[in-house]
Amino acid sequence: MKLSEILRIAGEGISRNKLRALLTMLGVIIGVAAVIIMIAISAGTEATISDNIKNLGTNLLFVTQSMGGQQAPSRTSGMNATFLTYDDAKAINNSIAGISGVVVERDITELVKYESTSVDSVTVIGTTPSYPQVRDVSQASGRFITQTDIDNNAKVVVLGYTTAQTLFGDVDPVGEKIYVGDVRLTVVGVMAKKGVVGNTDYDARVYIPLTLVFEKFTFSPFARVQGDQVGTILVQVTNLNNMNKVITQIQILLAKRHETTVANLPFTVRTQEDIIATQESTTAAFRSLLAWVAAVSLVVGGIGIMNIMLVSVTERTREIGIRQATGAIPGDIRGQFLTEALLLSLTGGLIGVIAGVGGSWLFNKIGDMRTVVLPNSILLAFVSAAVVGIFFGFYPANKAAQLDPIEALRHE
Amino acid sequence: MSETNIIELEQITKIYKMGNVEVTALDGISLSVEAGEFIAIMGPSGSGKSTLMNILGCLDRPTSGSYLLAGEDVSRMSREQLAHIRNQKIGFIFQSYNLLAQATALQNVLMPIVYRRNGHISTKDRLELAHNALISVGLADRDHHKPTEMSGGQQQRVAIARALVNSPALILADEPTGNLDSHSGLEIMTILQDLNAQGRTIVMITHDAKNTAYAEKTVYLKDGKLNGNTNPINESVYAEVGGLT
Repeated sequence: MKLSEILRIAGEGISRNKLRALLTMLGVIIGVAAVIIMIAISAGTEATISDNIKNLGTNLLFVTQSMGGQQAPSRTSGMNATFLTYDDAKAINNSIAGISGVVVERDITELVKYESTSVDSVTVIGTTPSYPQVRDVSQASGRFITQTDIDNNAKVVVLGYTTAQTLFGDVDPVGEKIYVGDVRLTVVGVMAKKGVVGNTDYDARVYIPLTLVFEKFTFSPFARVQGDQVGTILVQVTNLNNMNKVITQIQILLAKRHETTVANLPFTVRTQEDIIATQESTTAAFRSLLAWVAAVSLVVGGIGIMNIMLVSVTERTREIGIRQATGAIPGDIRGQFLTEALLLSLTGGLIGVIAGVGGSWLFNKIGDMRTVVLPNSILLAFVSAAVVGIFFGFYPANKAAQLDPIEALRHE
Repeated sequence: MSETNIIELEQITKIYKMGNVEVTALDGISLSVEAGEFIAIMGPSGSGKSTLMNILGCLDRPTSGSYLLAGEDVSRMSREQLAHIRNQKIGFIFQSYNLLAQATALQNVLMPIVYRRNGHISTKDRLELAHNALISVGLADRDHHKPTEMSGGQQQRVAIARALVNSPALILADEPTGNLDSHSGLEIMTILQDLNAQGRTIVMITHDAKNTAYAEKTVYLKDGKLNGNTNPINESVYAEVGGLT
């Protein structure tokens, strides 16, 4: 039997019931599209991470509170013992060699308001003068926070690009007064556009002197005692080769200051690479979860095909009998129904590829989520669809091939 | 055993097992059909007609006995081999036509050619073969009609064209007029008679005594056994009908 004949007969079988064919294919369409979109999203995330490495450089150290470290402040070690403080940052800056900058960050969330325009839930960073240098953000207008601002608890604020646009439009806001929470501050500068890096939208932030956070934005009496607690201390190391040495020195210094040992230190000192590795392992876990979801939907699609093929075999029992009477061998019948299942799954696969590529593009455009469609993922999805078609088409096709011609001809 | 015999049945039995009960549907049938013969097999329902038809049509295998079809022993063949035999040596005409409803007349007639395995036939030749078969049953202008757009008589003629298209050694008709009015039935019987006159071997199973008049020979089946031979009346009826055509 010629291939064109087999395809023609299978095609006729499908086109007889177009809506049903479409609904049957839907499972495969969704499965294939899901595979492609999932892979495109995780590839996009990976690309973003590798961009982060390039953007941020590898010479930064992040000193942060260990996870869970805050829950058990020891009675004997004093209130400040287990919290990272501004004084720790000063000590690092003053006594560690081989570093070119120390930045302290303490972030809070506040409503920012200029006249009648307000922006809710803005990340307000209390920080120190080296921030633009260490975080690699440039100044668009005005100036950044200075040491004088820090020393005087000056009521000044520097705006991120987007926030400045939202509040002031194209007017230069330097010299204007805005409210951050209940506190009235003078805008002294605007930062240049930087965009989203990782999970951080740099342009939506605003910056105030670190000491102002301690004075005006730490409300509870308990927290006030903890007054100069900070979130992250960023240390810029001059020479990459000294990274490990500097890490050890910082750990020893902090252990001494907090009256503990390096082993029990409630803080972690990590490099940019460590953070990226953590992010990557999170992404990998996420990706394998998505892969399973996609695989499951493909299997569900396959079961849909099997279901419809079984219905089709029953409906067309008489046709099978006629074909057998006129000389079709079991192989011909099996081939016909297998081809039909394969045609369904491949057509579904093709539509799924289009939907997957289109969906990835939409995620990129509308969802603001970076996606990279990998050619291999298209191949993988398409081949999976074919395998699903053959696997789930085989049982119904075999059932059709095994029908007894006499019974089949008698079937109403 | 004659060289010219198309069908040679030797002591054919067919026993069905239903649980512990054995039902003998055919009980030692022996029958010879010569090339070019037109024979009718008659019998009441339950006589084993359908079973005999299935065995003659190579749709089923006998429990014992031998069946030579055009010189080949088909009684012990595999499903695949039987399918080939059906394709090349047998043309079926069913009571209920058994056409594919969604296919055109031409596509229906093409079906046995599609499943042919001996030698390649170009698409053009296939269409010509099918078209010629339709011409031979008087449906030259019905190539692209679907069964639903045709009368019962026309549908049965398409089925006859399908039975003829692979030039089989045997045409097996199972109650060919059972679903037709008397006029269409007459038409179909006339076509069968013409085919027989052109040298085709025809075996017809029927319970309609009128149809046996067209056959050269009628055998009677009762309780799985054959009795009866050449029906003496047949000769005259055949001559009469032959005179009409």
